[in-house]
Amino acid sequence: MENNGRFGEFGGQYIPETLMNAVQELEEAYNHYKDDPEFIKELDDLLKNYAGRPSLLYEAKKMTKDLGGAKIYLKREDLNHTGAHKINNVIGQCLLAKKMGKTRVIAETGAGQHGVATATVAALMGLECEIFMGKLDTERQALNVYRMKLLGAKVNAIETGTKTLKDAVNAAMREWTSRIEDTHYVLGSVMGPHPFPTIVRDFQKIIGEEIKEQILEKEGRLPDVVMACVGGGSNAIGTFYDFIGDESVQLIGCEAAGEGADTPRTAATLATGKMGIFHGMKSLFCQDEYGQIAPVYSISAGLDYPGIGPEHAWLNEIGRAQYVAITDDEAVEAFEYLSREEGIIPAIESSHALAYAMKLAPTMDKDKIIVVTVSGRGDKDVAAIARYRGEQIYD
Amino acid sequence: MTNIKIKDAFNHGKAMIAFVTGGDPDLETTEKLLPAMEEAGADLIEIGIPFSDPIAEGPVIQDANERALAKGCTTDHLFDLVKRVRENGSVTVPIVYLTYANPIYTYGKDRFMKKCQECGINGVIVPDIPFEEKGEFLEEANKYGIDIISMIAPTSEDRILKIAKEATGFLYVVSSLGVTGVRSNINTNIEKMIENVRKASDIPAAVGFGISTPEQAKAMADVSDGAIVGSAIVKIVAQYGRDCIPYVQQYIREINSELKVYKEAI
Repeated sequence: MENNGRFGEFGGQYIPETLMNAVQELEEAYNHYKDDPEFIKELDDLLKNYAGRPSLLYEAKKMTKDLGGAKIYLKREDLNHTGAHKINNVIGQCLLAKKMGKTRVIAETGAGQHGVATATVAALMGLECEIFMGKLDTERQALNVYRMKLLGAKVNAIETGTKTLKDAVNAAMREWTSRIEDTHYVLGSVMGPHPFPTIVRDFQKIIGEEIKEQILEKEGRLPDVVMACVGGGSNAIGTFYDFIGDESVQLIGCEAAGEGADTPRTAATLATGKMGIFHGMKSLFCQDEYGQIAPVYSISAGLDYPGIGPEHAWLNEIGRAQYVAITDDEAVEAFEYLSREEGIIPAIESSHALAYAMKLAPTMDKDKIIVVTVSGRGDKDVAAIARYRGEQIYD
Repeated sequence: MTNIKIKDAFNHGKAMIAFVTGGDPDLETTEKLLPAMEEAGADLIEIGIPFSDPIAEGPVIQDANERALAKGCTTDHLFDLVKRVRENGSVTVPIVYLTYANPIYTYGKDRFMKKCQECGINGVIVPDIPFEEKGEFLEEANKYGIDIISMIAPTSEDRILKIAKEATGFLYVVSSLGVTGVRSNINTNIEKMIENVRKASDIPAAVGFGISTPEQAKAMADVSDGAIVGSAIVKIVAQYGRDCIPYVQQYIREINSELKVYKEAI
C-alpha cells in the first residue's frame, strides 16, 4: 500500500496500542484477499446479485434542459440495495471479516445509511451486529434506526459530546478496543487509521470505474466534471479515483456549509479546518486554537463530521480536486428540485452535490458533460425536510 | 526543579502514580490537589489535559474532560498552574501530562515541548500515538528532555520487545482491553507481559487501567514497578467537587498502605 498509509503528509495510524495488532492483521488479510481469485469472485457475485450493480448512469434530460448548460448525468448509487453507495464497502469488509474468522461486526453511522448497510450484510452473512449512532442522529433519522433493528442489529444511541457522527466514531473505537478477538470494525468512510482509508476507497472505486465505462459507451468520451458530496468522503473518492490520472476531468467535492462556511454552524472542513490528528489520521479538522474538535453542524447527518478523509486532504493540497461548500438552504432546494424535475428523491447528503451542479451547469457550454453521483436516496430525509419547511409530519 | 527525573518515582519502592484531570472541577482545586496528592504519598502525578474526544477514556474521565472544558480549562492554564506549583516548591515529584495527539499538534510540537520544559513537566503520555507514530513528537520531545511514555497493551504480544527497547521514562502497562475505568477484575497475565519487557529493557513498568482498590494496586505492584490510579480518583473529585482534597488524600494513603511493604523493604 502507498507509503504506509500516507497520502502525502496525511493519513497514518494514530490509535491506541491496544488496536495496533488488529489494524496490522486487517492490513495483512486485505493485502492477501484483494488479489485472491476466490474472494474477488464472491465479492463480484454479491455486488451484482445482491447489491444490484452496476448502478445506472442516467442522463438527466429535463434538468439539463432547464439549467441550459452542460449535459448532466446522474450516477444512481441510490438504486443500490439499501439505497446508498455504503453497501459497496460493507459487502467488501464483511466478506473480509468472515475470511478473518470474525463473528461480530460493529459500525458507526451518521445518517444511518452505513448502519443500515452493515446491519443488512451482517444479516445476510450471519454476523452479530452492533451499531453506534449519535442520539441526535437517532432522532433525525428515526426511520433508519428502526430499519437497523428490523435487520437484527443492536443500535446504541450515543449521548456523549455533540451526540452526532463524531461521537458515534468515538464510541465504536472504544467498543473495538474492548472487544477485538471476535469483532471487526466496519468503518464507513475513507477515514480513520490506515488501512481503512485505502480499503474503503478500493471497495468504493467501482463507482468511478463504472462511470467511465458507461460514459464512454454513451458519449464516446470522458466527462468534463465529476462531482460528489463529501463528509468523510467515501462516495466522492469512489467517484474520483479512476479519474485521478485523467487530467482533463475536473474533480469536485461538495462539503456541508450548514448555515454558512463563515458561521459557527458549519461542517465545511476544507473551508474552515486546520491540520490535525484525530480519529486515527492526520488530516484537516474543524477545531479551536487548542485543538479541541469543534461541534460542527449540517442539516445532513451524513455530512455532519468535523474532519475529512486523508486522501481528500491530499487531493485538495496538490490541487487535483476542488472542494466547495454548500449551505443547508441550497441543499434543500436541490433536494426539492430533483424530486420535482426528474422524479428522483435524492438523499440530503447527495443534494449538496446536486446543488453545486445546479450552479455550475449553466456556466458551462452545452457540449460539456457533468457527472453527479447521487450517493443515496432521500426517503429517510422526507420527514426532516418537511420539518425544515415548517410542516410537522411523522416518520 | 530541572533536577527532577521520572525515574525518581521508582527509587523508593513501588511507585504510586496518581492521575487527575486538569481543571476538574476547576483550576483552583487542581492547584491545591497536586501538592496534596504528593503529601499523601503519590510518587508521580499524571495531569490530564482535557480533550473534547478522549477515545481511550471510559465514562468517568470522559465526564471529567467535559466538566473541565466547560469551565474553560485550556492547555495554557495548565502550563501556568504547573509552573506555579514547581516554582513555589509545593510539588517535587515527577509530573507527566496525559493528553491526545491533537492538542499537542495544534499547540505546535516545538512550542508544547518547550513549555513542558519551562514549566517542569517531565513527560507526556499520548494514548493515540502508538510505536509506529512516535516519530511525530520525538524530535521536539528529545530537544527539550521530555520523555514520551510508551504504552503496552494485553494485545501487544510480540510488539512488547520493540516498544520496551525504545521506551524512556517509564513504561505504561495497560492492564485490560477497553477504555479507562474501574474494573472489579483484571484478568490479564501482567506477569508475563512484564517478563517480556524485561527481555528488552530494565525500564520501570507501571500498570494502569481499572485499578481502584488497594488490593488491586498491591496485586499489580507485586508483579511490576508501580500502580497507576486514575478513574477512582476522578470519581472522588466528581463526588466531592471543590471539597475533594481530604478524600483524595485519604484514598491515596489507603493505596499506599498496601504498597508500604515495598517502601519499608528499601
